[in-house]
Amino acid sequence: MLALAVARLQLQELLRRRLFLVLLVLTILVIALTTWGFSRIPTLGANRPTPITPTEIAAVASQLLILVMFMFSFVLAFSAVFAAAPAISAEVESGITLALLARPITRLEYVVGKWLGLVATVLAYAIPAAAVQMVLVQLVVGYSPPHPIEFLAFVIGEAVVVLTLSLLLSTRFAGMVGGVSGLILWGLAWMGGIVGGIGLAFDNATLTHVGTASKLILPTDGLWRGAVWSLEPASLTAAMRGAGAAAAANPFFAADPPPSAYVAWTVIWITAVLAFAVWSFTRKEL
Amino acid sequence: MIDAPAIRTHELAKRYGSITALAGLTMTIPRGDVFGFLGPNGAGKTTAVKLLLGLTPPTSGDAEVLGAAIGDREALRRVGYLPELFRYQTWLSAREVLALHCELAGIDRAAWQREIEDALAIVGLPDRGSSRVGTFSKGMQQRLGLGVALLGAPDLVVLDEPTSALDPVGRHDVREIIRGLGERGTTVFLNSHLLSEVEQVCHRVAIVDRGRVVAEGGLDALLGGDTVRIRATGLDRAAMTGLSRFGQVDEDGDWLVIRGIDTERVPELVVDIVRLGGRVYAVEPRHESLEDRFLRLLGQPN
Repeated sequence: MLALAVARLQLQELLRRRLFLVLLVLTILVIALTTWGFSRIPTLGANRPTPITPTEIAAVASQLLILVMFMFSFVLAFSAVFAAAPAISAEVESGITLALLARPITRLEYVVGKWLGLVATVLAYAIPAAAVQMVLVQLVVGYSPPHPIEFLAFVIGEAVVVLTLSLLLSTRFAGMVGGVSGLILWGLAWMGGIVGGIGLAFDNATLTHVGTASKLILPTDGLWRGAVWSLEPASLTAAMRGAGAAAAANPFFAADPPPSAYVAWTVIWITAVLAFAVWSFTRKEL
Repeated sequence: MIDAPAIRTHELAKRYGSITALAGLTMTIPRGDVFGFLGPNGAGKTTAVKLLLGLTPPTSGDAEVLGAAIGDREALRRVGYLPELFRYQTWLSAREVLALHCELAGIDRAAWQREIEDALAIVGLPDRGSSRVGTFSKGMQQRLGLGVALLGAPDLVVLDEPTSALDPVGRHDVREIIRGLGERGTTVFLNSHLLSEVEQVCHRVAIVDRGRVVAEGGLDALLGGDTVRIRATGLDRAAMTGLSRFGQVDEDGDWLVIRGIDTERVPELVVDIVRLGGRVYAVEPRHESLEDRFLRLLGQPN
């Protein structure tokens, strides 16, 4: 299967380029800093008559972890977009595809290979980075999020969604255009999710529909809500439920995981956009 | 389909909107030919190559490569191609680029090592196999591209302007490589605007201009036999007309240029000139160069 040769090449390219090295160094730096921050949480009550309770530590740690992981998911989505946006267009522009595609390899194999290589890169970065961060938090404050595996699945899913969209754009547009468009759409979807939450909080049908539509058109924010939910301790979910629908507008809170139908929709979405990318590139004149 | 011609096209055409890149290309290139596809820049040469390799679909017409329809996977396995816009993955070493193409071409893994080292040796990069392509000069990248095109001893090698980035030594090397391919019976399709290059290595050529083939054939036939230049004075108009039985007569100052004359008839021509009252100072037999023929075909005065 020649798609695997293309996937290996794509992975090799990203690992050998400086982008990955920079990302790795910065990630290590950020993990070191946040771990130091987490280690200070138990000292927070020093100026109070009563020391900080374990429940309070868990509450603060869970909230901080959600914020840190939001940044992580943002960096992951950002990097995925900028890796995928030039993945095909740069090779077309430079003429690399002329030599490659004159070989007995189909455009389907080429595009699917690119996609597999990008997904493999996301996995190679996201799994160790998130795992190290969560293990270190457990070590320094004794807090573990309730659903770490689901969390990883949701943030990786979010990255794969934007990556697939950027790869589709890469079949037709230059890397810069695809990268900027991918990020703007990702940002719009995040805003759409907040708008939908406000709609729920104020019982406004129009705003709620906007949120639902944006979650379906680009399923990044829906997956992000799943990631948030995976990090929340049960105590927090219970407390926020008390706040009623108003909590829905908070992009750093989710009362429930996304329904399985939504997860299925995401898989269909990714498959359909990838198929569209293959179709688009098959019709591209080199 | 061993007996099928290496390339056969019928009214192959490509239009981009209102621009005609290639207008009805019909030609047959037998196996083992070293075929020169000549034309000025923008004549449609690269478009023709892209159509033949299935990189872009034709607007109309059809073609067969190695007896199979355009883009056939089995046929592509036996084709080597050096694009005009040659770029290879800068983050790979030369050896890795060659290994990648071995894999894509479906060459047996056990043969890769030998194929790669052979290719590096043939194109003159035997000690640069481990260097990253990003550190290569344009000329070295073109040599690498030629090596990529030679992997797996293909039946058809398509070279699109293979010496554009090379110095005179490099050009000489490439000519030798093309001659070697011809001697081994490999069909070579050489796209070029460098007439001397084509003249030195090709058996047959097609001259293409503005998307059309304006002449095609064996080099000897295409150059229209022999030409003789004679410096003579004292001939009047009627005498000149009398000479046209030897060939096409053109005046070039004191010189007469007689094209398409049989070499055996040159003494007879000189006798005739003298008999008609002319005084002969010099007689220079020569072939018409491909360049002259080329310029004449493209309608530009020499």
